[in-house]
Amino acid sequence: MRRHRFGLQLACVAITLFFGVPLYLIALAAFSSRESLDRFPLPLLPTDLSAETITTFLGSTGVVGGYLNSLMVGLSTVVLALVIGVPAGYALARHAFRGRDPYQLFLLLTRALPIVVLSVPLARIFLQTGLYDTTYAVTLLHTALALPTTVLITSAVFVGVPREHEEAAQVFGASPARAFARVVLPQALPGIAAVAMFTFVLSWNEVLGATILTLNQRTLPAHVLTTLSDSPLAYRFAGGLALILPAIVFVAVMRRYLLNMWGTTLR
Amino acid sequence: MKLRGPLLLIAPSLIFLTALFAWPLVAGLSQANGADIRRMLDDAYFWPAARNTALLIVVLIPLQFALAIAMALLLRARPRFAGVYFYIWVIPLAISDLAAGLVWLAVFTDRGYLNSALSQLHIEGYAWLSYQHPVTMFLAVVVAELWRSTSLVFVIVVAGMQSIPRDYDEAAAVFGANYWQRLRKVILPQLRPSLQVALILRTILALETFAVAQALTGRNMPLLVGETYQWYAVLQNPNVATAIALVILAVSLLAAFGYLRALRS
Repeated sequence: MRRHRFGLQLACVAITLFFGVPLYLIALAAFSSRESLDRFPLPLLPTDLSAETITTFLGSTGVVGGYLNSLMVGLSTVVLALVIGVPAGYALARHAFRGRDPYQLFLLLTRALPIVVLSVPLARIFLQTGLYDTTYAVTLLHTALALPTTVLITSAVFVGVPREHEEAAQVFGASPARAFARVVLPQALPGIAAVAMFTFVLSWNEVLGATILTLNQRTLPAHVLTTLSDSPLAYRFAGGLALILPAIVFVAVMRRYLLNMWGTTLR
Repeated sequence: MKLRGPLLLIAPSLIFLTALFAWPLVAGLSQANGADIRRMLDDAYFWPAARNTALLIVVLIPLQFALAIAMALLLRARPRFAGVYFYIWVIPLAISDLAAGLVWLAVFTDRGYLNSALSQLHIEGYAWLSYQHPVTMFLAVVVAELWRSTSLVFVIVVAGMQSIPRDYDEAAAVFGANYWQRLRKVILPQLRPSLQVALILRTILALETFAVAQALTGRNMPLLVGETYQWYAVLQNPNVATAIALVILAVSLLAAFGYLRALRS
């Protein structure tokens, strides 16, 4: 039994190293000076830390703009996806209506298809409508990507709020809208916050569509991708870390919700 | 409740998705004509890209399912520090394939961390990402994708495992089944629905892989979605880009129908 526990820990540590060491190395690379990145062999321990590489990256053209665009697109996507998705999620959770099953199938189908590959024809449509190269265009695409998941997760969140509470409020004279706003929403809020985080990360990470739909209004990943081939290694490492940081915050905040979220929506 | 009928509640999402899905699809179908498709098929990069994409799916997915199931089983055995392990193992869930490519670029590049570590062990370095070494180049992409996308499968499998009552497993143990027998006859069969969903979801997502390869190898290891990007952004030919996009869409559609059938059964 003792040897068994030891083997278990050993395997867990090995897997943790596989996932953790690359994260350590990219942070190390991004916080090394350019001169120490030119050295070989590279130091494997943080002996020579400097903010030079990361500040050069942040100071280069397009990076701050990219950050702001990514933030804009991410937040607008969250708002739009919630405005459109929460009512639909509520309807799925509370009503048995005709067309419910086809609607759910439709959601699954759109989620399963790579909507991103439709970016190329979408770019032409946006060119004609004057939306091309705006953050709005990217927001629309990202909302379409996120919406099926938003609806499915919010419906799972609303299923978790007891129907009796809502009915009790209505018995005591609250209108349906008021019962929803004062009784259901407060209980559903943590779950909806989780959905919002999830949507934001999806938008933050999306590269291809954002690259195709913009020229100057690049999001950060789109900017990093398009400048990849003619930028020095130090710049790429700093870009890698800049893209990852929100992910680490996301997972730290979302750890409690992760299993529920994926568990309920993917089965 | 008659005031806000459920159809009214789902209508905005229905309209929105149809507009952003059906409209470009129809526009795309009319945009790519026979000449574009011929040009796509004649391009020197198309077939290697198709082959690489297929090869990536065939090599990556079995590996990552084996790893994800092993990881879930390890946590099921309730090791100490399970919370810490879980936290680190799910971090890649929120990392994009572009970022994953850049992370592993720091490891595999000629003067990167892997060769640095090797040189400290007095082993000569190797040009892992050179186009002269297609095998290690491919493996580097596989490792980076394994690192990034296994956590999705892992979370689905863990969620699936939570719904398996421990009693079954314990009953089998009481009747003398060893670990492998319990795994094969009790745990894996009950995980089947979760595994099916994860499999099809991952297949569709793997079809869309491109930024990892772009960051690690440039165009030395072409993938289908990467070719869409090349034709659109670099070669400025949206029609051929659309043709490739429609190929990817058709293959995904096949996988998606598999997905839906799996969900219904």
